[in-house]
Amino acid sequence: MEKEVKLPLTPELVNTLTVGDVLYLTGYVYTCRDAGHKRIQEALAQGKSSPIDWTNQIIYYAGPCPPSPGHIFNSNGPTTAARMDPFLEMMYQLGALATLGKGNRADYVTDLCKKYKRVYLMGVGGASAINRDKVKSAEIIAYEDLGTESIKKLYFDRFRVIVGIDSKGNVLQKQEIQKYKR
Amino acid sequence: MRTINTQDIVPVIEKLCQQACYELNDNVMNAFQEALTKEESPIGKDCLSIIIKNGKFAKEHQLPCCHDTGATVVLMEIGQEVCWSGIALEKQVNEGVRLGYTNGYLRKSVVSDPLNRVNTNDNTPAMLHTEIVPGDKVKITVMPKGGGSENMGAFKVLLPGDGVAGVKKFLLETVQKVGGNPCPPYIIGIGIGGTMDKCAWMAKKALLRPIGEHNANPFYAELEKEFLEAVNNTGIGPIGYGGRVTALDVHIDYFGVHITSLPVAINFQCNAARQATAIL
Repeated sequence: MEKEVKLPLTPELVNTLTVGDVLYLTGYVYTCRDAGHKRIQEALAQGKSSPIDWTNQIIYYAGPCPPSPGHIFNSNGPTTAARMDPFLEMMYQLGALATLGKGNRADYVTDLCKKYKRVYLMGVGGASAINRDKVKSAEIIAYEDLGTESIKKLYFDRFRVIVGIDSKGNVLQKQEIQKYKR
Repeated sequence: MRTINTQDIVPVIEKLCQQACYELNDNVMNAFQEALTKEESPIGKDCLSIIIKNGKFAKEHQLPCCHDTGATVVLMEIGQEVCWSGIALEKQVNEGVRLGYTNGYLRKSVVSDPLNRVNTNDNTPAMLHTEIVPGDKVKITVMPKGGGSENMGAFKVLLPGDGVAGVKKFLLETVQKVGGNPCPPYIIGIGIGGTMDKCAWMAKKALLRPIGEHNANPFYAELEKEFLEAVNNTGIGPIGYGGRVTALDVHIDYFGVHITSLPVAINFQCNAARQATAIL
């Protein structure tokens, strides 16, 4: 099913999503990936807080190219989500409702999606040029020294994703791959 | 002898970095089109259509087709009749990469040290390979290699008696394990034989061979076809979301090997199969 989704997400909406749903996201998301997650983990361990409030937010696992003159943003797309698996429960506890990445995730991610009623959204790995114009504003929020890995606040205009793991614990790849196996 | 100043390669490499990242070549784009006709999965077809649309958009607007513009593999095939003047070749290769990535607004994805991890902010050092070949020309190939697919590579030393069945088992185990992470439809490069270093380099270099072109040795050409079919029968499909096209091709290169050894290296090339070449 195709759905237009205005951000931020709500827990109620997340519960209605099913694997295979194609969503067009409009609104703010935050990028955060390997180094950003590690910084947040270190901050929490030292009794400090995360630089942003993750409540109801989507974490976009992305490291974009630097913008070229005349453009707000450049090629961007989801990176391999599995590298952020060890940080996922921490981010769910901070309130994030969804992650946006690509590729397979560990089995325990499915359990976490069920336990916390969260979803994993996926893009198309490698198809990053067409996402340039889907980003209408971009602002560095934290960890600027990390360059492409800094936390950025982006405004999406109908950014296309597909639901990969839903809050019932269904996994798109597990369902689909079986159909085409010989 | 022909003398070339190492400085002359700087603008060439700068341009090749940008061309490779902005423009997937016709061989790759045509392979996507062919995959689209073969694909049975509706989600798989959607993914392929998006990848094709993206490739066209990137070329038309001259921006990186994938945000991960990779570590920069540079292969220089240098004619043995070429003599070099100027400062060190490797320095000039890195200067070309630095300019290419900076002026081309490509992502800087390389850290100077694997454990202390500070970004060099110019994508250097390049992964430079030089080979001496007959003639007086220099062929430069730039291959930006994304982390998602590179991280899924595997190397194993099999027993000589494991033979073809052992190689196939190792390949399919690896393909199943990595699933959609190397961004299929991908190309698989397989190096068989040599020593550890030689084997891994063969796997990488095999990725440069055009899709649809087989090993000149009919035995290995048949293996490539057999392995391709087996990989596509996993059902992993485009982007790993299920489908009939997981790999666009399988390329094998082989080399002589010690009597005790059967080393096998597997290297994945994601759908952003980027390469650009110039001849000086």
